[in-house]
Amino acid sequence: MEHMLSLFVRSIFVDNMIFAFFLGMCSYLAVAKTVKTAFGLGLAVIFVLLVTVPVNYLLQTQVLGPNCLVEGVDLSFLAFILFIGVIAGIVQLVEMIVERFSPSLYASLGIFLPLIAVNCAIMGASLFMQQRIGMEPNSAQYIGGVADAIVYALGSGIGWLLAIVALAAINEKMAYTDVPRPLRGLGITFITVGLMAMAFMCFSGLTI
Amino acid sequence: MSQLFSKENKEIFSSPLNLNNPVTVQVLGICSALAVTVQLEPAIVMGLSVTVITAFANVIISLLRKTVPNRIRIIVQLVVVATLVTLVSQVLKAYAYDVSVQLSVYVGLIITNCILMGRLEAFAMQNGPWASFLDGVGSGLGYAWILVAVGFVRELFGAGTLLGIQVIPDVCYEWGYANNGMMTMPAMALIIVGCIIWATRAINDKK
Repeated sequence: MEHMLSLFVRSIFVDNMIFAFFLGMCSYLAVAKTVKTAFGLGLAVIFVLLVTVPVNYLLQTQVLGPNCLVEGVDLSFLAFILFIGVIAGIVQLVEMIVERFSPSLYASLGIFLPLIAVNCAIMGASLFMQQRIGMEPNSAQYIGGVADAIVYALGSGIGWLLAIVALAAINEKMAYTDVPRPLRGLGITFITVGLMAMAFMCFSGLTI
Repeated sequence: MSQLFSKENKEIFSSPLNLNNPVTVQVLGICSALAVTVQLEPAIVMGLSVTVITAFANVIISLLRKTVPNRIRIIVQLVVVATLVTLVSQVLKAYAYDVSVQLSVYVGLIITNCILMGRLEAFAMQNGPWASFLDGVGSGLGYAWILVAVGFVRELFGAGTLLGIQVIPDVCYEWGYANNGMMTMPAMALIIVGCIIWATRAINDKK
């Protein structure tokens, strides 16, 4: 339990997807214009992470890992293809379910939902999860079961949501400031995110 | 032969290097551009890997473009890219193990690099294999030079070395020069890329 709490808090603040690993930057920069759409995308990312990371965890430990399918065979080099297949398939499934049961949410998410399949944050979470299975069990980043994988997915998703909503709020204010012309748009956004990342650096070394 | 290097093809090759740069203008593939640039060596390896993968993925999709049904093209593109990335990752593990450890998950993340999907959708689906190849190489190199520029600045000021070789002489350290540890932090990568975008846009606007 203690380990899960620590994993959860660390994945939100210390190992933040955006500020520590730059994952999901593309949609992050493109969508962070208004707080409302940013929040919607953040929720969709949390949802997809919550489904894909545990599924990929089971794939990795039951099918791909050393000695899983056939004794003495390590299939982990197939992880890239399988993970992206699982992600694309699940995103498609989620899209169909959301469209069937909640048309209003479907309409508000719009194009973001299918685009999540190629969001690096989703793939990145699965790849980090694969890396963390091999870590020391007493390390704070260790993922040792489906429950850990779910906690990690939830934490990373919330961290991503926090970052994108914060940037969207700053961007809304930025519309009223006088930025040098070549720096407008992308340039100033990068420098803002850099300063936000510096602020998040003070969480490093956080332990529970 | 002269047809292969016509003016149009040269244009396809050179425009992503500067005026239509994937990173600074089209805002694609930012994720990995920032994470692997603490040192120059991984930045170069990453840039080259992306160039190779973009070029060959473009060629393969361009050859398949008339046979693949429109509805499943994204899946086909993902499978082609994932296969190429797996190949590159295995080659790196075999011949450049240290660098592949440094790059860690970011090699796998080339699959979701938006440059690839962007070029496949926007270019390879409409053009022949040779033009697609040039476009892939151009986009890859346009991405690579940004990575190398960021890696150069971060390694030089963060550790005083380039490619692991001491560049700033010891005399400077004796006189009180100190490495800027901030440069090795993730935050500075964002700020440096922001400044590069500022500079390139300012220069391109004047033209």
